[in-house]
Amino acid sequence: MMRRLASLLIAVLALIGGLAPLAVMAQEPLRIEITEGVVEPMPYAIPAFVAETPDAGQLAAELSRVVAEDLTGTGLFREIPRDAHISTIASFGAPVPFADWKAINAQALITGAVSLDGAGRVVVKFRLWDVFAGVELGDGMQFTATQDGWRRLAHKVADQVYARLTGESPYFDSRVVFVSETGPKNARAKRLAIMDYDGANVQYLTGSDAIVLAPRFSPNGERVLYTSYATGTPRVHVLNVGDVQSRVFQADQGVMSFAPRFSPDGRTVIYSLTNGSNTDIWAMDIASGAVRQLTFGPSIETAPSYSPDGRQIVFESDRSGTQQLYIMPAQGGEATRISFGDGRYGTPVWSPRGDQVAFTKQNAGRFHIGVMRTDGSEERLLTASFLDESPTWAPNGRVIMFSRETQGAQGASALYSVDISGRNLKRVRTPAGGSDPSWGPLQ
Amino acid sequence: MTHMTKAILLIAALAMSACTNADRFGDGAGAGGDAGAAVGTGIIPGSANDPTSPAYFSQTVGDRIFFAVDQSTLSPEARLTLDAQAQWLLTNSDFLAVIEGHADEQGTREYNIALGARRANAVMEYLTSRGVPASRLKFISYGKERPVEICSVESCYAKNRRSVTVISMGSGV
Repeated sequence: MMRRLASLLIAVLALIGGLAPLAVMAQEPLRIEITEGVVEPMPYAIPAFVAETPDAGQLAAELSRVVAEDLTGTGLFREIPRDAHISTIASFGAPVPFADWKAINAQALITGAVSLDGAGRVVVKFRLWDVFAGVELGDGMQFTATQDGWRRLAHKVADQVYARLTGESPYFDSRVVFVSETGPKNARAKRLAIMDYDGANVQYLTGSDAIVLAPRFSPNGERVLYTSYATGTPRVHVLNVGDVQSRVFQADQGVMSFAPRFSPDGRTVIYSLTNGSNTDIWAMDIASGAVRQLTFGPSIETAPSYSPDGRQIVFESDRSGTQQLYIMPAQGGEATRISFGDGRYGTPVWSPRGDQVAFTKQNAGRFHIGVMRTDGSEERLLTASFLDESPTWAPNGRVIMFSRETQGAQGASALYSVDISGRNLKRVRTPAGGSDPSWGPLQ
Repeated sequence: MTHMTKAILLIAALAMSACTNADRFGDGAGAGGDAGAAVGTGIIPGSANDPTSPAYFSQTVGDRIFFAVDQSTLSPEARLTLDAQAQWLLTNSDFLAVIEGHADEQGTREYNIALGARRANAVMEYLTSRGVPASRLKFISYGKERPVEICSVESCYAKNRRSVTVISMGSGV
């Protein structure tokens, strides 16, 4: 089932000899600044990549399409359609006629070539051009993968382009683990599934015989924590992505455990444990199995998430009477409330950069995904609907994916993503319904 | 009033069940072909007419109670139903029960699991306070994962904010 992942090798060969020209002009590099204010996407052109071996034509066309979908999908770039192009790129090494690309107002130009090597592997190389300055941006690069990994090659190219044009770290070559949903609300079947960030290459990790909830990637993307009812009660399970083997994470019976998440170093798992009517947050050292209770008291404490430095935990508690967000030291101890707006706050997730917390807010019959600074200031709501929840951060902290359930008897759940600016809200294309996404690391 | 009426009826039924087993279906009831001890009583063992059956428990005693939004406190009506559940469990001591806690869809997933646990636990504590041994009871929360009604208005939500007492045959507890 997961053989593609195990066999996938990507070699970054970098710097195509003889092709790297010098960009020594004393000029600002082509750059799009990602700010609250950016509303005008940067126009770019990506002519079909050149097929350098006879059998690479189809791959060259598809690969350059995916690069374009990645870039345009951010909302930061606008592709100039190919039927508007004046010239074509017939050879990867030929000089670029910049005037032809200036004439259609392409600020950036991406050229590429695809071939199949002697072992049947796909080789892609690309170059990024600043059309108006007439220079190459960064070095040309070359990536190689087995044929079933061709989409990752496209994401690698798009990641390079995104990083060079925004100055930000990228996120396209990443995967998302989520719950695939089918069937009506009162008989919904749920399975764990994994996919590329854009909804492609969905693979199922569990059957639908037991309810599964809220999978969470390990920091390196090799393991997934999730909650399963397979034993009859909700319990934290852990699954190896490589061989799809899973086990109950913690063997205690008779109590419920759920809402697990890894520490940034992957050595500790925090989760909620229910004893009687009370739900508290616990931590378990994976190597030794030693557990430690982090919260005490009769209120509900759940949905814990570590800060990226591993020193603090943000979580939700109804100790004040309604669900609110709190931050405590990773070892437990005094917690500070950070949410003070109207309504209830839940499912906090610390941002990869450490400066913000994403959350679900419930107020006046509506649900929102929002972000706030870790001291609770600068709260901004990014979405509004009948039911939005379970935010997860892209590896670069620029985009949030979440689940949205529609209203009524025909209600269904789907995955959406939105920029932390609040723009570019869009549905993630999955074959069935989806919920509880967890965005993995850049690969 | 319907709850009250139902409660009175079932208390009466429980009081009578041990000795009378009235032949409510007249001559026709035994004609279903069921052999064995039940023939002549007119009650098909295991059916909803059999006061010792889980089907009777769920349909006549009442297997579920309902909660207010975000609450786990037991209403007076809920307590009446649970009194009858406790009585039934004490009378039919071979059975075990799993108490399921549920929430409506207006809430985040993890919180609703914890809320469902609070509800199920409130039921469990009440049943044990009425003498049902805790060893015969377990609870589980489904959060908002298993609604019975699927519309997105209060009439459906009210039926989904529930606990359900599910009876199973014990193993000689």
